[in-house]
Amino acid sequence: MSIRERLSGNEAAATAMRQINPDVVAAFPITPSTEIPQYFSTFVSNGAVDTEFVAVESEHSAMSACIGAEAAGARAMTATSSNGLSFMWEVLYIASSLRLPIVMSLVNRAVSGPLNIHNDHSDAMGARDAGWIMLFSESNQEAYDNLLMAHRIAEHKDVLLPLMVCQDGFITSHSIETIDLLEDDVVKKFIGAYKPEHYLLNSKEPISMGPLDLQPYLFEHKEQQAQAMRNAKKVILEVADEFEKLTGRKYGLFEEYKLDDADVAIVCMNSTAGTTKFVVDQLRKKGIKAGLLKIRVFRPFPAEEIAKALSKVKAVAVLDKAESLNAMGGALFTDVTSAMYVNNVHVPTVSYIYGIGGRDTKTDDIEKVYNDLLEIVETGKIDNPYRHLGLRTKGAEK
Amino acid sequence: MNDLIEIRWHGRGGQGAKTASLLLADAAFNTGKYIQGFPEYGAERMGAPITAYNRISTTPIRIHCNIYNPDYVVVVDDTLLNSVDVTAGLKESGAIVINTTKDGETLKKLLKGYKGHIYTIDARTVSIETIGKYFPNTPMLAAVVKVTGIIPEKDFLKDMEGSFKHKFAKKPEVIDGNMKALEVALQRVVKVQ
Repeated sequence: MSIRERLSGNEAAATAMRQINPDVVAAFPITPSTEIPQYFSTFVSNGAVDTEFVAVESEHSAMSACIGAEAAGARAMTATSSNGLSFMWEVLYIASSLRLPIVMSLVNRAVSGPLNIHNDHSDAMGARDAGWIMLFSESNQEAYDNLLMAHRIAEHKDVLLPLMVCQDGFITSHSIETIDLLEDDVVKKFIGAYKPEHYLLNSKEPISMGPLDLQPYLFEHKEQQAQAMRNAKKVILEVADEFEKLTGRKYGLFEEYKLDDADVAIVCMNSTAGTTKFVVDQLRKKGIKAGLLKIRVFRPFPAEEIAKALSKVKAVAVLDKAESLNAMGGALFTDVTSAMYVNNVHVPTVSYIYGIGGRDTKTDDIEKVYNDLLEIVETGKIDNPYRHLGLRTKGAEK
Repeated sequence: MNDLIEIRWHGRGGQGAKTASLLLADAAFNTGKYIQGFPEYGAERMGAPITAYNRISTTPIRIHCNIYNPDYVVVVDDTLLNSVDVTAGLKESGAIVINTTKDGETLKKLLKGYKGHIYTIDARTVSIETIGKYFPNTPMLAAVVKVTGIIPEKDFLKDMEGSFKHKFAKKPEVIDGNMKALEVALQRVVKVQ
């Protein structure tokens, strides 16, 4: 039986962490994820968890402490946002290369500069090649569910990779929403005890972690990481199946919303997917065959599956909440179009950069994208594949 | 009730508009509705105009953007009427609820011809009479419940007692005053003819 509650996204993440009851949490506060360690430290003080909470002096130290703890054989978690993740950057790679299944709650926020505390995905996109599994969450419910599935995926013997669960700063992190929680004991049973195969505090097996790794081995070790990332797809689906049996809530690598018979499709991540579903429903009432492909698993990138899912539509728009400054379009756009190209799927596809620095993405904005796609279908022409949504331009105040 | 009701709050930093929106979400949640309650975070500071939002629905809510065409608008501080376009996008089938002592004619002028229903309440007087200090959000919360009818008044009062006990766990002496403020406010909402 689930417990119906009303929680903010940060409360949902903190609740998941309480139920997971990790051995170590090391965190440094940064808006908009500050509440997560704040709530969690209250759980520690009240004895609701028996976690060792390490109030570090920076995010670099937070990730380093998680690495130390996880290497020692403990289950470690953290939470951060924006520049906090940027500051962890070099140690993110250490975590993944040491194959330490640390779990992070990332509350997405624009990376400075100029300074902005609001939501976009530039923090996550900056870490996309760091060897972390990356799950995105449309709602508070998904932020909670993804965290509950995180350790089962990350700690799987075929994976052993760190994992971050993303949700949109403020938009979900600070919005109270209806949510269904699992009972504490159900979560405990689902996640199970952490039994690492190799760890530093095992006196029966003295090992070293993170030594010098030169020409003869690093390449092979990187390939092992890459293989683990490829393996993760299967494990993610297996864990999702088990989670569905427990909760009735279905998760895949991505969600197809009315995509079956769609003429025009949007690909996006996190909270905008919810707004897009609302617009899809409205357009469907008018007889427009609109659909959505919502990315849940961004790393590993389900290239073949996405290409197949988009193969029957007539035009696609990929929405990126980060400006990659590469003069060709967003990071998700380049991944989606590569996936389509190598799988021999040739559907007209355009990139939209949107929602930068917390710019609100309205239903009208999403509707405009679908209208643009319908125009592409009708004319067969794409004048500019690298577009912006909701951007104010000189002389044309929005 | 429509499937989805959207409410926009206008207040000033420190008046509790955000808290009121969260309490309204709480109360609606307890009647089995799906809810959202969220503030628009900007550069908040005491006294600056702030906006908060509620969605209340009989079905799950998936939309995640600010509210541009609200069914109801709540104005916690009538000095905002001069500087903020509070009726922007407000549905004419809806209503605006204002904490004010201004008369109907003055309000109609300030609202630039808004054709929907206008309700007022003197939340300052209610608050001072009941709580002893000026906390407009408690009476405004009751006024919204009265005007929207989203929660039966009895259920609302019963439910809020629980919420206040939780919210004011460290200062239980203010619970009675706040409950009284809700009860009185429910009776003091006036419709502008």
